[in-house]
Amino acid sequence: MSATFQLDIEPIRPERLLPSLNNQTCGAVVTFDGRVRDHNDGRSVLRLDYTAHQKLAVAEGQRVVDEALEKFAVEHVVCVHRIGHLAIGDIAVWVGVSAAHRGAAFEASRYVIDEVKQRVPIWKNEFYSDGTEAWVDPTKTSR
Amino acid sequence: MKVRVEYFAQFGQLSGCDNELVETDASTVSALYHQLRRRHGLPEPGPAIRAAVNDEFADWERPLCVGDVIAFLPPVSGG
Repeated sequence: MSATFQLDIEPIRPERLLPSLNNQTCGAVVTFDGRVRDHNDGRSVLRLDYTAHQKLAVAEGQRVVDEALEKFAVEHVVCVHRIGHLAIGDIAVWVGVSAAHRGAAFEASRYVIDEVKQRVPIWKNEFYSDGTEAWVDPTKTSR
Repeated sequence: MKVRVEYFAQFGQLSGCDNELVETDASTVSALYHQLRRRHGLPEPGPAIRAAVNDEFADWERPLCVGDVIAFLPPVSGG
């Protein structure tokens, strides 16, 4: 069993992360890409930057993946979040879970992405097509 | 006493720096936030705004010590 959370300034390459999910007892591997989209809250987005409180983000992210390992019948949990400059289509966050059965794998991956978005101190600065930029505040957007 | 204050994301934008040395008579994290809120135009504290002391999440009522590093964290927006 293992649980890993990392921040990475380099592009996320799932093919390099997938081997850490390999386990002969696992019949299910679920992965999730969170990708940079070209619009948010009705505005056209050109690119974005992620910044983090790095020590706290790594500690809190590790707590999230450890919790997933404890709550669900899964073997391996991996989550990587990008920081730095991202382009449209880039993977911003990647979650991978392996488990004996699919139910736990789906549930654990959902848990990890939801908790990371709510708890881990990472912030998104969006750059718009009209030349402006703004830090995203999920407590103020319409979603 | 002197403490180091770190501002992240929009709080850095509002205060015009990502960290500063602050001379304060505030005795708690919360009292310090209120002093700096007036100085920098930070938002009213709400459940999505958190604080950390010396790289660990901290309660708003935590007492301050000389040399503490206090981080004010706006609502997170990762993922």
